[in-house]
Amino acid sequence: MKLLALQRAVARAVMQPLTPSERMQRKAPGGGRMSAYAARFIKPNDCLTSFERLEIYNRQYWFRVLGSMAEDFPGLRAVLGGQRFEFMCKAYLTDCPSRSFTLRNLGSHLETWLRQNPSWIRDRRVLALDMVRLEWADIEAFDGQAKPPLRAEDLSKIEVANLQLTIQPYVQLLELHYPVDDLLLEVKHGDDTSDFGSNAVQERRKRSKVRAVAKLEPAQIFLAVHRLDFSVYFRRIEPEEFALLKALRSGKTVERAIELAFRKSSVPLADRAAFVQHSFQTWAALGWFCRREEKMRDVKARENRA
Amino acid sequence: MPGNRFNGFTDYGIGIGLRAPHYEHILSRKPVVDWFEIISENFMIDGGRPLHILDQILGQYKVVQHGVSMYFGSADKPDREHLRRLKELVKRTNTPWLSDHLCWGSVDGRYTHDLLPMPYTFEAARVTAQKVREVRDFLEIPIAVENVSSYAEFHVSEMTEWEFLNEVVEQADCGILLDVNNIYVSSQNHKFDPFTYVNSVPAERVAQIHIAGHSKFKKYILDTHDHPVLDPVWKLYERAIQRAGHTATLLEWDDSIPSFQEVHREALKANRFLAGRSLAVAV
Repeated sequence: MKLLALQRAVARAVMQPLTPSERMQRKAPGGGRMSAYAARFIKPNDCLTSFERLEIYNRQYWFRVLGSMAEDFPGLRAVLGGQRFEFMCKAYLTDCPSRSFTLRNLGSHLETWLRQNPSWIRDRRVLALDMVRLEWADIEAFDGQAKPPLRAEDLSKIEVANLQLTIQPYVQLLELHYPVDDLLLEVKHGDDTSDFGSNAVQERRKRSKVRAVAKLEPAQIFLAVHRLDFSVYFRRIEPEEFALLKALRSGKTVERAIELAFRKSSVPLADRAAFVQHSFQTWAALGWFCRREEKMRDVKARENRA
Repeated sequence: MPGNRFNGFTDYGIGIGLRAPHYEHILSRKPVVDWFEIISENFMIDGGRPLHILDQILGQYKVVQHGVSMYFGSADKPDREHLRRLKELVKRTNTPWLSDHLCWGSVDGRYTHDLLPMPYTFEAARVTAQKVREVRDFLEIPIAVENVSSYAEFHVSEMTEWEFLNEVVEQADCGILLDVNNIYVSSQNHKFDPFTYVNSVPAERVAQIHIAGHSKFKKYILDTHDHPVLDPVWKLYERAIQRAGHTATLLEWDDSIPSFQEVHREALKANRFLAGRSLAVAV
């Protein structure tokens, strides 16, 4: 058997879901008996059959990827409940196995996949999707790129009429239908203190999570998920701030972004200048603006003007 | 072998794996440690706390990179994005050599995130050696391949594991990260003499040695890195040091991680065997 063929055969078996009792399936990928499938390429020894030897890797694979999903999406787990979350993860990972060298990206397609497979979240669709988006934003904000911050002298090089500001890549902007930020913080806080919990304490925490999910009422919120001093924060922002930041991120000039931000705003006209000034001051203090990467044509244009 | 071309002619002593539960202790107490080994993939990111911590560590300690997902033995071509990020990290850490496993774990772009055993065939040795060369040429630093623990063997194998290791390192002209715990685990699972393995390795190519703990189950032994090093592994280590001389040694402790002091104390037990072994004595 050639190397590629062997690796394909082994990987198909290793990545095949386990049985409900967390053992390797008796049925091989593509049909037939798994014991015969394993015996085709794996040697038995005195202690273990070919099936048992392959099963070690099959179980290790699922324990590792399911563990990683549970670590990355504790909020979704609280929304769906432990059992449904696990079944959902198995289905997701079967459809979307890892295509990255790092487990960090394992859940990168989860939101899209859930939209295509809504039966997993049928009675809590909006809440679950909100939570997945927040948890993925949390991951992106944690280790996303931080570009050099904008300095006062950088602004002096830009023409005011066409002033554009770039938002740090790690800042994630979310429009959500539930206050899932509070829920996620509650879930994470419970998990952080779980290492000294007895069974009774664990059970109480589980019930507390279920209650927190059950009592969560819909409420539209706008969030900036960002980091400060290397810790991630969920900052609630006004709808106008959200629209302004979104417009800036899409490359609109500051002037145009302000126009768009107040298009449907209830902020009185007289208060808007102060609102904008305060917002920009806050974002600058948080380090959300970064230096713009000049495109070659901009550099040439400036040189020509000079 | 105080230093050779496979570890950048360095003379590192006893290191431990850099793990998150110890960050605070290391940064606040600044304990004396010869060097730290980092898992490359944990730092192949764009920004944030992990890189901030790493930069602080780099300011005070020597760091060597160890990878878990290059998969030299996968039939797939190397992932360009992986290589690009790895090279960025190499520039950041100035690692004198880089290690990853002699195994496979991805096929057709799908990753198992496991260290799967190789079929010990000449075809696999050729494919693996070619990939090691490609990675070394791209990264421009010495590469050492690490023998893995395994729980399965393939019918198609044409040689023993140590013969396969030798075949790969000769063809690739690369170094070896000799994991004596992995040798012990595999020897118990596949019923071979672990000293035959250690005695067969080309000592002049050993860039580094790994030691670790493992767990015994009813029918097999699992490489769990959650215990102190057991006596049979120390005996193999002693033999490896007799052959390779004073070699950079690293204790891996990845699960149920105790205090920094306990991990470091366990690692320093290697001094019993390293003392007085500054020269290689190939026997």
